[in-house]
Amino acid sequence: MNSDSMVTTVANELTFASVPPGEGLAKALAMSRVEIIDTVRDSKLKGRGGAGFPTGIKWNFAAAEKHPRKYIICNADEGEPGTFKDRLILTEYADLVLDGMTIGARAMNAALGLIYLRAEYGYLRSRLEEAIHARREAGLLGVDIGGIKGFDFDIMVAMGAGAYVCGEETALIESLEGFRGEPRNRPPFPVVSGFLSRPSVVNNVETLAWVSCIFAKGVDWFKSVGTDLSTGHKLFSVSGDCERPGVYEFPFGITVGELLKEVGGEDAKAVLIGGASGRCVPRSQFERRLAFEDIPTGGSVVVFGPGRDMLAIAHNLLDFFVDESCGQCTPCRLGNGKLLEGVEMLQAGTCTLEYLNDLKALANTMQVAAKCGLGQTSSVAFLSILEHFGDDIHES
Amino acid sequence: MSPKAPLLKRRAPLSQLFQPDPESQRSVSPDALGANISVTIDGMETKVPLGTTILEAAKSIGVGIPTLCYHPDLEVAGLCRICVVEVEGQRTLQAACAYPITAPIKINTYSKAVRIARRHVLDLLLSEHCGDCYACIRNGKCELQSLAEEYGVDKFRFGHPEIPVPVDDSSYSVVRDMNKCIRCRRCIRTCIDVQEVGVLEAVNRSNQVEVSTFLHKPLANVVCINCGQCINRCPTAALYAKPALTPVWKALDDPTKHVVIQTAPSPRAAMGEMFGLEPGTTVTYQMNTALRRMGFDHVFDTNFTADLTIIEEGTELIIRLYKALVQGDTSVALPQFTSCSPGWVKYCEHFYPEYIPNLSSAKSPQQMFGALIKTFYAEKMGVDPANIVSVALMPCSAKKFECNRPEMRDSGYKDVDFGLTTRELGAMFRQAGLDVPTMPKSEFDDPFGTATGSGLIFGASGGVMEAALRTVLELVTGKKLETIYEHGDILPVRGFEGVRYAELTISEVGPVPGLLAHLVPDWEWLKGATLKVAVAHGTANARKVMEDIKLGGQFSECHFIEFMACPGGCLGGGGQPIPTNKEIRAARARAIYGEEKTLDVRKSFENPAVLKVYEEFLTDGPCGHKSHELLHTSYVDRGKFIE
Repeated sequence: MNSDSMVTTVANELTFASVPPGEGLAKALAMSRVEIIDTVRDSKLKGRGGAGFPTGIKWNFAAAEKHPRKYIICNADEGEPGTFKDRLILTEYADLVLDGMTIGARAMNAALGLIYLRAEYGYLRSRLEEAIHARREAGLLGVDIGGIKGFDFDIMVAMGAGAYVCGEETALIESLEGFRGEPRNRPPFPVVSGFLSRPSVVNNVETLAWVSCIFAKGVDWFKSVGTDLSTGHKLFSVSGDCERPGVYEFPFGITVGELLKEVGGEDAKAVLIGGASGRCVPRSQFERRLAFEDIPTGGSVVVFGPGRDMLAIAHNLLDFFVDESCGQCTPCRLGNGKLLEGVEMLQAGTCTLEYLNDLKALANTMQVAAKCGLGQTSSVAFLSILEHFGDDIHES
Repeated sequence: MSPKAPLLKRRAPLSQLFQPDPESQRSVSPDALGANISVTIDGMETKVPLGTTILEAAKSIGVGIPTLCYHPDLEVAGLCRICVVEVEGQRTLQAACAYPITAPIKINTYSKAVRIARRHVLDLLLSEHCGDCYACIRNGKCELQSLAEEYGVDKFRFGHPEIPVPVDDSSYSVVRDMNKCIRCRRCIRTCIDVQEVGVLEAVNRSNQVEVSTFLHKPLANVVCINCGQCINRCPTAALYAKPALTPVWKALDDPTKHVVIQTAPSPRAAMGEMFGLEPGTTVTYQMNTALRRMGFDHVFDTNFTADLTIIEEGTELIIRLYKALVQGDTSVALPQFTSCSPGWVKYCEHFYPEYIPNLSSAKSPQQMFGALIKTFYAEKMGVDPANIVSVALMPCSAKKFECNRPEMRDSGYKDVDFGLTTRELGAMFRQAGLDVPTMPKSEFDDPFGTATGSGLIFGASGGVMEAALRTVLELVTGKKLETIYEHGDILPVRGFEGVRYAELTISEVGPVPGLLAHLVPDWEWLKGATLKVAVAHGTANARKVMEDIKLGGQFSECHFIEFMACPGGCLGGGGQPIPTNKEIRAARARAIYGEEKTLDVRKSFENPAVLKVYEEFLTDGPCGHKSHELLHTSYVDRGKFIE
């Protein structure tokens, strides 16, 4: 894989291309810590990884911790099936991400930044390290950054090892510490006790890049797009049965139908939004909006054309989770396997209605009883396919 | 202690997060520490200290929440999800064991969603639980079984595996049966966090997860120390001590066999628990009667050889000190380590083989007993040692390994034939219809029936040290111990603190007693000396001490250190009744020290039966030729890498 093949996946104009590296950082460093956090909070920026937690609030929590050693971690473990927008950002606009980390470090007084880079992006490591090195040379990392006495900060790259669950922030931290990548109990949240049991903020690659843009172009500019509850633009990784797959920037609030028109997928039967852990949106709901208040998403959009067998898709997704569950909590460890078996029974026509109901109840339990987001969302697509594509399914 | 000792421990336990952090102020202000938070559980309001878990809060007002992966001795995992409850305002259910209360909340512990979720967790666990309850060693004592009953499991909703996987019974001590494993990982947390041995870890992901060893090697071929702490914390029969019931029954059934049993003090303080008595009720003398009814020809007290161990080990210490301090022999290994805990011995052989010379060469009481029974006793009784079957009742799974060590055949036979755990003998009693607590009391048999309080307290952490000090101090000073310590109780070495250190100054010395006259001319060289001793229980604590010694810290200056593999000492051993926790172990310790107070003779060197053995059999005295032949042993450099 080389970086050229990725550049061609850019399908429309990205804001990131118009923001010069360093501009947002310079403006942020002219502010006080409180002003930085207030700016991010006022922008109503929400985490771009998918969960949508308000970034300003997260930073504020960490800033309130008095620990002398705090961390800001960039979650570059882009593992959700169907997402590849962070890869593009890290390839083309890494400095915006590094700027964002530095702004965050200034705001919360973090001593070290860590980029947790997914194993498959190993080829980006040297590129990122070169960028970090250049920043050290330029005085953008190191001691007394920007002439601010006592603002010492550096960034390191750490590699993931291929586990999907390590995109979950506490599993990511476990992995960073050298343990099996398995989610922790929350609370305590990472902002209180994260990496090495110290206060840590974990932000998605895209979130950090937007932070730089917010400081470069202003809060008002950022809030002028999107919806009230979902401000700003969002990057979407579009793949599947459409004419123009690629990475797109759209304002939050775009409807599924509008997005499909842009990418040439108008005849889609369904769209999987949010990746394997997302939901399968049927044609009848293409008027719904992509926004935290309607269909929340980390940006993965997989288009399914009219000929697709939805049960085969459910099988594919559950197969993925049976592979990727960390195997810690009972509902996820064993539940996904049972759901997959159930899909196979449906495919073979041997699933009774009674057992199908048992499986639906199990899927609901998994959503409330699993330990982390993986187990809580792995059955979402399964249930939405059963709900909307009953015609594809015949219980015996 | 050196702060540099590396730690295997994974992370701070939940409770520590709410303690003041020495490095900084935590987000929780000191004012908030100890503050009480109002919490409503199932409509009942109560106040709990900040950071209390939902599980603890519920328990405090009598609300039961089921648990599986939770264990009071272990760090919270929150992974089985059987303890989920509803917290008002939260979309998902929360694990009661892992949720610290930091703000006023309302909790429902048995809502419909909670009941359905718990049943699903059980259905799923049973879908990979292979085996039938009535053909299981934990039948009637299994946490999964009782929860299945509690939650009305009436069918295997998500199936039930029929084809078992192979059982790992390679170890002399611990059997691992993955068919019964529910992946609660209590064993892993025990092995890594409590014992810092780290033999077991979760491998694979998702529904392929299993608990396994390094490269899936059999347990006999990894660094397992056989302590059995994992067994005591396993909720099912995935881990159990290798049973010896069948061969022991066979011996009892065979009229040509002379079957004797020695009983260690810790099982006697815990056997009552097998019959529903409160922890801390000793049944020593009732058990003697029950054992005889079961067909044992003689019932002996392991404390007898505990006294012998003290004399041999104490003498060895004096010899080491004399060589080092008076003769200037720099090759003498000090501090001397105790060697009566076979789990600790194997730990030392694996992890600190360079310190094997520090291990006392004296055998453990069990093995000294074994060697004497098939020599001295056989001769005295006119029984062919080939026909003697020597059984040991121990609180320990590692004792099963110990009696199978090739070194332990000094009598010309296997010195101890079978080690039984408290649990196994309890099962045998029940099979024989013997209700131990209601048995009439009876004494131990001679010639090994007399024991002192020193032998008895071997069962508790610090006991071996106290027993040794009682004898050494009195033999050296010539003064009654009671004039130095009230009632002769050496309290500084007692307790449950993981590592304890004490210094005792020998201000005056007396004449050398006859027993030791062949070894040292006088005690003048010990006059004014300060004896430095330490006690550590649980191998995690042993590790701290050993790392400190390696770095030349405080413990490297010690003369004598007691190590016990199990938390609490033998009374918390891997062969003791399940469950175990801090309170149960403390109750057993109280029982042991309580029984000790009732004994007239409390110092090993005053045991008349022991002195008789030296007069009649071990005539060249402690650490003499014959004693070396029978009562001392050697160790193996095992290292961490095993073929």
